[in-house]
Amino acid sequence: MDILYKIFIDPFVQMGGAPDLLVQTLWEGLVGGVLYALIALGFVLIFKASGVFNFAQGIMVVFAALTLVGLHEHGVPAYVALALTIAVMFGLAFTIERLVLRPLVNQPDIILFMATFGMTYFLIGLGELVFGGNPKIMIASELGLPRGAIEIKMLGGFVSLQKIDIAAAIIASIMVTVLAIFFQKTRIGRALRAVADSHKAALSVGISLEQIWVIVWFAAGIVALATGIMWGARSDVSFALEIIALKALPVLILGGFTSIPGAIVGGVIIGVGEKLGEFYWGPLLGSGIESWLAYVIALIFLLFRPQGLFGERIIERI
Amino acid sequence: MFYREAGQFKTSYSADESVFPILQDRIGIAVILGLAFVVIPLTATSFTLSSVLIPVLIFSLAAIGLNLLTGYTGLLSLGTGGFMGVGAYACYKLTSLFPNANIIVLILASGFFSAGIGAVFGLPSLRIKGFYLAVATLASQFFLSWCFVRVPWLVNYNVSNAIEVPTRTMFDIPITGPNATPMTRYLVVLSIVVGMTWLASNLLRGRIGRTWMAVRDMDIAAELIGIRLYRTKLLAFAVSSFYCGVAGAMMVFLWLGAAEADSFNINQSFLILFMVIIGGLGSLIGSFFGAAFIWGLPIVLKMLPEFFGVKIHAATVEHLQFMTLGALIIFFLVVEPHGLARLWQIGKQKLRVWPFPY
Amino acid sequence: MRAPTSGPEVAAGDVLLSVENVSLSFGGVKAVTDVSFDIRKGEIRAIIGPNGAGKTSMLNVINGFYHPQKGRISFKGKTRSKMRPHEAAHGGIARTFQNVALFRGMTALDNIMAGRTLKMHRNFFWQLLRFGPALAEEVEHRHRVEEIIEFLEIQAIRRVQVGRLPYGLQKRVELGRALAMEPELLLLDEPMAGMNLEEKEDMSRFVLDVNNHYGTTIALIEHDMGVVMDLSDRVVVLDHGIKIADGTPDQVKSNQKVIDAYLGVAH
Repeated sequence: MDILYKIFIDPFVQMGGAPDLLVQTLWEGLVGGVLYALIALGFVLIFKASGVFNFAQGIMVVFAALTLVGLHEHGVPAYVALALTIAVMFGLAFTIERLVLRPLVNQPDIILFMATFGMTYFLIGLGELVFGGNPKIMIASELGLPRGAIEIKMLGGFVSLQKIDIAAAIIASIMVTVLAIFFQKTRIGRALRAVADSHKAALSVGISLEQIWVIVWFAAGIVALATGIMWGARSDVSFALEIIALKALPVLILGGFTSIPGAIVGGVIIGVGEKLGEFYWGPLLGSGIESWLAYVIALIFLLFRPQGLFGERIIERI
Repeated sequence: MFYREAGQFKTSYSADESVFPILQDRIGIAVILGLAFVVIPLTATSFTLSSVLIPVLIFSLAAIGLNLLTGYTGLLSLGTGGFMGVGAYACYKLTSLFPNANIIVLILASGFFSAGIGAVFGLPSLRIKGFYLAVATLASQFFLSWCFVRVPWLVNYNVSNAIEVPTRTMFDIPITGPNATPMTRYLVVLSIVVGMTWLASNLLRGRIGRTWMAVRDMDIAAELIGIRLYRTKLLAFAVSSFYCGVAGAMMVFLWLGAAEADSFNINQSFLILFMVIIGGLGSLIGSFFGAAFIWGLPIVLKMLPEFFGVKIHAATVEHLQFMTLGALIIFFLVVEPHGLARLWQIGKQKLRVWPFPY
Repeated sequence: MRAPTSGPEVAAGDVLLSVENVSLSFGGVKAVTDVSFDIRKGEIRAIIGPNGAGKTSMLNVINGFYHPQKGRISFKGKTRSKMRPHEAAHGGIARTFQNVALFRGMTALDNIMAGRTLKMHRNFFWQLLRFGPALAEEVEHRHRVEEIIEFLEIQAIRRVQVGRLPYGLQKRVELGRALAMEPELLLLDEPMAGMNLEEKEDMSRFVLDVNNHYGTTIALIEHDMGVVMDLSDRVVVLDHGIKIADGTPDQVKSNQKVIDAYLGVAH
């Protein structure tokens, strides 16, 4: 009985007892969720357009952030470094298309998945070789990102919001809006959705797969860069960040591999659920449950909706 | 010229269905087994045994385990490391519970624990497929990793939080522990791996293998010819995890001698998956090739600069290793997506028609 | 070939399977509406209709892949509204598919052997050892499969991966897999689609032979009217998910509704 009380009653008593703490936890979950959502967004973009489960998305985040910081360390002004990093991400997209995607077109999904593992290893090696393996500090203030925190008095206590987190949320929403408009309203966006549906059919109406792939991987690179800046500003830039890519995966099974709104909503659910679980139920199980809690949340959702939150119900035909 | 099946007629279906229907293959496998069991133990240095041959054999077994699931049943799993860990920890608990039992029996028995855990974590496969399932298996990986760190009971409340392998003997010869010679350990590992490979090949050529492959190739049609998907998939998870569990137990008891939770983390899962893919999905012999390749590559890469007398900073070597490994994986996938096993097949075919091109 | 052992025996000419008032819809789309017909033991029953008439959906309902919202199905006297596909397979219903649904990574031999799954009973541990009884079982079934391979004249391709075979041969292997189940009722979904004249003639011969030699009841969907009229004993016609005619080929041919459905009608 005692354990049941601790699971089902006690956490809620705590939440009611200190509402400001609850709000603080929710906010932190939300911000974490936004960052998960951004990584998931990179996955979704690539999966939609090229059917590749891009394991390298996490390392692309680190690689982009590292390039940016590394260039600045070598004396390049912050905004020039930003522009150069964008150029590097374009070069990366182009190279990947040319050396990996094009030779592997029409291969089974798992082979492409493995190829992205290869990319991961390659980028880790390259990044460390060029910029060194030590953790670096993100050049947040040089890029004009705000610092410090806002403290709001509410519910009989304080809730403190980091300005950088607010900026992250705003930038994330702008990016998603821009991407959504791009997909829905432009010619390239339409071509991209066509490619997502069927490579062959898209080819037959004269859409260039190569071009689309470069664009999509470039877009994913930009998303990775933004994620890298945001995440790097909260902690250091190092290859430990790679692990966050694994944390974004439950977001994908929750939101569906092909749904942009799914990535956002899924990210927020996972972020908030994870923080609440860690904070209120964590002490019961010992710490560190963050590492798998997100997966459990996603799996429970999956039991009820195998196609994910926003995936379409699949009618199997034969 | 020498590798031909011409003139070898089978007069019964059982002869036609044997593992090596061609005489030359039977001779070949006898030679390989002879080398492995007699020549190598007599000639190999203990470094070769404990740093190359033993790990390659153990990883081959783990790769076979994953191949049964991913290559033959089509269920992508990223939880191999966790299942190997279950085997290792189960074996450790078994040795402390039954100090007098035969260690080889315990190693094999620990496979049943990971089989059970594997079947439980295979349950999501009944509802979800493909990459969704792959991500779901990551859940098992992270959960199990967490258990290995957080449940001190698993390591008998050791302060070091690690498995420390006790000495166990058979016929008064130490098999595990610090006193066991590399040669004994090698022979034990080799026997287990050969035996289990043989069993796997039996399984794959019979009804169960066919139901697995049927589910892999087209699950709907498989269901319509009377195959029960949930049984087939869960059996695949269980058998696969059994193999991984035994490999994990051997890894700690017959190779490393001690292990922490980190030995069974997600990188281990990825490593085994590389072996399976590079070796060839759906191929037993490919699992051996893949394990040898992925394990051997870093060793070769490490030795290359020394060999050429080039002095490079150790950290740089490591970075270059990562890059080379990554590039080689991509290169191999581009050149032969069906893995080393396919190259082997092509080689055999060429040999068969030699000296003619086809 | 032996008849399946489960369920009561049905004498030739009696109703083997009857479909009563079956309706099936996906969301708002009605695939089949209130359709009833029966299949008698030993006959060749054709199901025809224009594209999108609900023929394949009907077969999917019969072997349990779709569950109808309304109506009942009786097979060998047992009535049911819901059944899993493997239960249908157990009961003796086998089928081939419109778009070949073979196990592409397996050889022709293994595909047909897979059809014997339900007939093989040696358990996991025998399978593991593949020795004595397990091997004997394997060889016994191999004998039966070789009979089928001989019957379908595909000896030369038994060791070929089916993914590499031309379409016509794939269809034949698929028929072989269905026959390996020794079904009582064989459902063929457009067995001759996309074939040339010669291949069609071959396939027609196989269908007739299966029906004559083994007494297997056959339900087939086919668009080639010549084939349908020649092969089948009775024909049921669907249009937009509704049954519009049922009878012998001659009766159906002269039915005004059928002519309208196929040729269109002035409104």
